[in-house]
Amino acid sequence: MSQEGLLRPGIAQLRVLDMEESVRHYVEYIGLELVGTGDDGRVYLRGYDEFHRHSVVLREADEAGIDFFAFKADNQKSVDRFRKNLEAYGLEVRDIPAGEQPGVGARISFTVPTGHDIQIFAEMELSDSPNAPETKNPYIWNVEPKGMRAQRMDHCLLYGPDINEVEKIFTECLDFQTPERVETPDGTLGIWMTVSNKAHDIAFVNHPEPGKLHHLAFFLENWSDVGHAADIMTRYDISRDVGPTRHGITRGQTIYFFDPSGNRNEVFAGGYTYYKDQPPRVWDHNNVGRGIFYYERQLNEAFLSVVT
Amino acid sequence: MADVDAINVFNITVRGSDVVAPCPETERVLIALEQAAPFPKPKPVNVGCRKGGCGACRIRVLSGDYTTIKMSRAHVTEAEEADGYVLACRVFPASDMEIEPAFLTPHERMEMRKAERD
Repeated sequence: MSQEGLLRPGIAQLRVLDMEESVRHYVEYIGLELVGTGDDGRVYLRGYDEFHRHSVVLREADEAGIDFFAFKADNQKSVDRFRKNLEAYGLEVRDIPAGEQPGVGARISFTVPTGHDIQIFAEMELSDSPNAPETKNPYIWNVEPKGMRAQRMDHCLLYGPDINEVEKIFTECLDFQTPERVETPDGTLGIWMTVSNKAHDIAFVNHPEPGKLHHLAFFLENWSDVGHAADIMTRYDISRDVGPTRHGITRGQTIYFFDPSGNRNEVFAGGYTYYKDQPPRVWDHNNVGRGIFYYERQLNEAFLSVVT
Repeated sequence: MADVDAINVFNITVRGSDVVAPCPETERVLIALEQAAPFPKPKPVNVGCRKGGCGACRIRVLSGDYTTIKMSRAHVTEAEEADGYVLACRVFPASDMEIEPAFLTPHERMEMRKAERD
């Protein structure tokens, strides 16, 4: 196996205003499995094709947004190596003990200049759900997925200042690559970074307020499921932002929409396969509209102004 | 089925615009504005999540009675709410209302929250 160190996005913890409404949105409509509720009221969710215990955590609060985004590493030795890299870079690394979330081992946590809490962990229990993916003569699923049929939590786009510094931290300390970027006369507008074969595992857009969430994305099987997701949105009066459309950047087929707390969600299918020997793709300010929304060829008003 | 005659309908006016959006007491002001034809100009609200979280439809109520449901404190603080600021998607009219746009760009919001902290 050639991928070492970080493997993939592992956990996103979101703040929601009303837990009951939010659980209905993520479970009934997006189609995640309700894994359980912790003693502190946090709710744990899993995409139907995810092997591990959970990937999305909801916490009730009076402001929407993202608490942290965590990546899963291959083992504790890698986590220790990343800690050394981050500390050598000058970042403060905090420890979160095993069990702070059920079924999850120790995590390290650090704040990047955009104001986001990024975390790394190596251990999470496999799902013991009867709906978890099978490993012996597997069916594609045990029970047919519901709602938008989200296979997994896929990536997030975060907004905040100083994204060039964030790119340095992710590439120099954590072995990320930046397959795609938007460069304007005012500087870098956005970076799309990956630690895997996916076109992106995390992205950042330059923005004056720190710590903001643009969207959390869920992976769908294909373009047909993107259409099915749009049908679900109209049926259940989910506020749609843009799409179904395609991104020029990553080439993903997509819909942006909102959860009941105003957090933007995305359903995402396709996207190119990235290899580390590919040269970076660069968009300029005259073409960024096509980069973000390939068919509309222009940004909508909300893209740069509505975040949680 | 509800008796539709029993539902009061109030008029929402936007300062600086000719449009009057009729809004039943059971409907949120944002939805009434979205359904008003033509859409009020200048645009009184941006439309985002329609669920009280994203702040796109922030307005100030200049006159009239209304009730609100839970909205994100990142966009309307308790002091601002006491001053008539609300998210249009979280407001039900209880009388005719006059409103004005109060959308904050991310930069304005940041400056305002910073000023409050200092």
